[in-house]
Amino acid sequence: MNAGQSASFRRLFDEVGPVDCVGVEERVAKYTTRSLKKAAKLWGLRTAVTMVDLTTLEGKDTPGKVASLCAKARHPSDDPTVPPVAAVCVYPAMVRAARRALGPGAAVRIASVATAFPSGQAPLRTRLGEVRAAVADGADEIDMVINRGAFLAGEFAEVADEIAAVVAACGDATLKVILEVSELETFDNIRAASFIAMRTIRGGDFIKTSTGKTSLNATLGNNQVMLEAIRDFYLETGTAIGMKPAGGIRTAKQALQFLVAVKETLGDAWLTNARYRFGASSLLNDLLRQIEKERTGAYQAPYYFSEAAESY
Amino acid sequence: MATLVSKRKKTTRRHGRPAPQLIFGDLWEYDPAPETADPKLKPRYDLFINGRFVTPKSGKYFDSINPATEQKLAEFALAGAADVDAAYRAARRAQRNVWGKLSGRERGKYLFRIARLLQDRAREFAVAETMDNGKPIKETRDFDVPMAAAHFFYHAGWADKLEYVAPGRKVAPLGVVGQVIPWNFPLLMLAWKIAPAIAMGNCVVIKPATNTPLTAVKLAEIFEDAGLPPGVVNIITGPGSTGGLIMAHPTAAKIAFTGSTDVGKIIMRSVAGTDKKMTMELGGKAANIVFDDAPLDQAVEGIVNGIFFNQGQVCCAGSRLLVHEPVAARFVAKLKTRLRTLRVGNPLDKNTDVGAIVSRDQLASIQHYLAIGVKEGAELWQPPCRLPAKGFFMPPTLFTGVTQSHRIAREEIFGPVLAIITFRTVDEAIEKANNTPYGLSAGVWTDKGSRILKMAAELKAGVVWANTFNKFDPASPFGGYKESGFGREGGRQGLLDYCQLV
Repeated sequence: MNAGQSASFRRLFDEVGPVDCVGVEERVAKYTTRSLKKAAKLWGLRTAVTMVDLTTLEGKDTPGKVASLCAKARHPSDDPTVPPVAAVCVYPAMVRAARRALGPGAAVRIASVATAFPSGQAPLRTRLGEVRAAVADGADEIDMVINRGAFLAGEFAEVADEIAAVVAACGDATLKVILEVSELETFDNIRAASFIAMRTIRGGDFIKTSTGKTSLNATLGNNQVMLEAIRDFYLETGTAIGMKPAGGIRTAKQALQFLVAVKETLGDAWLTNARYRFGASSLLNDLLRQIEKERTGAYQAPYYFSEAAESY
Repeated sequence: MATLVSKRKKTTRRHGRPAPQLIFGDLWEYDPAPETADPKLKPRYDLFINGRFVTPKSGKYFDSINPATEQKLAEFALAGAADVDAAYRAARRAQRNVWGKLSGRERGKYLFRIARLLQDRAREFAVAETMDNGKPIKETRDFDVPMAAAHFFYHAGWADKLEYVAPGRKVAPLGVVGQVIPWNFPLLMLAWKIAPAIAMGNCVVIKPATNTPLTAVKLAEIFEDAGLPPGVVNIITGPGSTGGLIMAHPTAAKIAFTGSTDVGKIIMRSVAGTDKKMTMELGGKAANIVFDDAPLDQAVEGIVNGIFFNQGQVCCAGSRLLVHEPVAARFVAKLKTRLRTLRVGNPLDKNTDVGAIVSRDQLASIQHYLAIGVKEGAELWQPPCRLPAKGFFMPPTLFTGVTQSHRIAREEIFGPVLAIITFRTVDEAIEKANNTPYGLSAGVWTDKGSRILKMAAELKAGVVWANTFNKFDPASPFGGYKESGFGREGGRQGLLDYCQLV
């Protein structure tokens, strides 16, 4: 690290301030003791459905698998009151198949994980080419990964410049910037990286926890650190950034706890899929199962709910 | 940090638009989630003397009400001098003939049994405590009751290892101990007082606060179920004057009091010239000190926990916020944002963060201090919140622009009221924090380890928390400096206060 980089490193961390790990864990533990009953529970479950980015990111994905994912995304359940999910999330090679399955201008959006997901270890022009190709094939949203190597080496300008290049390549597509929190390790780093991303992207773009491809993904703790960064950035600039926890959220109960964190940190304006998403796949059926339980008073067997994906 | 603030100001001015605001509205209201466990109340509770529930000699009873509904919960025996005498006789008999002669290992078995029985009935006790005191169910469920059980477990573990309390010396029980406890943690204070005393081989005459006798007499039911020998613990209910009788009784070898500094002084005067041992755990006006390098969001959480836990009715509450000037404006703004999401209301609702004040008198006293603060020129701020129509409720309150000479910065308010004072240097922070007759607790918030160590050494407080607040453990001694009292409760040091070295 040269002197300039080292100075920018210190400056960024001093500006955004430190995060105390014990304090964060204590704060989020309080969210898990909130008791959601009746109408509040149902509202939370339905809202969570509308926030799901239904995801399949496997080497064995085929157009057939993606088509079944898209069908599930549009009609998650036989219950007509259950809304469609926010988006499907697929690899760039599958965007065309998803667009074919959903049709042009569908309510369900197509998100694609471009930029050499999950490692990002490809030349920038390759990554940008991937973004442009996905957008050209019909992706509405791009989920990019940041250059964690550059971040950990203190080369923040490089991280920011690459994000800016992806923003340009996105055109009108919404951008979600994946920090890959497990590789950043500390809450201090997560907060600093959130600010680097937010200062580069546009209002309405997202920051996202993780790829789902490493050992540790979204937790209430890193979700909280990022929500607080979004809050501070919003109050400071007026620019509203969205948030997407991804990976590891498998149960309706977890999803409700994440939504409680949103409600109590960012307030009502973020309780919408324009500003909050869940990157998940098995979560959806558990949400449906809980909605059905609220309606009928009994838990249904899992085979009453159609399967579309089993990863993430 | 300064850059963030100045940047915001510039944008606001340039575009002339209002500053961005977060909306904490009713888009997603939590439905009521009341705890439904049965507190198993009886209409009337008697005195627990010599292992039996007995009617008071006077035949008189007094009511205890639920501060959240103002409705009567139950009536409790009003003990007089004859009852206190009977309790002390029973305690002395039990101490001399049974409890003092029992081996530590055998005494430990009773304490383990009490702890387990309390865990078995944890939800029932949590509900009873919330109804009697007004504190939120999440606190009684997650803190008061488990911590009370933990104190019995901890001291049960000590009972057969007492030779290690004072290495090189032998320890012996004092005899009979008279104890009076406050209303802010009725069950927990009971456990703090009873567990070390009986683990050491003493017997006890104890009086819970007039406002909150319920869980004390319910704990007596557990003593009965545990088969605790008659007279080991005697529970006396009644007004403050009964407490005076317990403190002044000649049989008491030691008295222990937790409560206000004023009453503590009266008690100390009354026993002056006797050979009674004493421990006093009295008031506080703790400083929570936030430096500019602190993790601000977690510090906000700690400040909130420090002053709004149990509605601020905590002797070690962080009732003074000392905040470093460079971050003061930003920090207070964050604090206000956080307070907007605190939920004030029905203490039995599992989502309630701030419950009811213990009594009408206490509420009036807090409101009196609010008036004083405003009159002295401090700026009062409360978040918008709907308070229940009935019951003794009070929104969380901040005072900014407070200085050391304000009464709200000097006197213990014992309510959800935070006085915010700024400072410029480390020395100034230490001087302001120590500029109080009290010295029970303090909090330091900084990212710098060396500063934490310096502050911990220089703050005159019995406990200094660093980057956290209100952390308790049975193994950790708790007690004060100066007019916050003397003697320690918890840990090996707490046991030393219940024995004589022989």
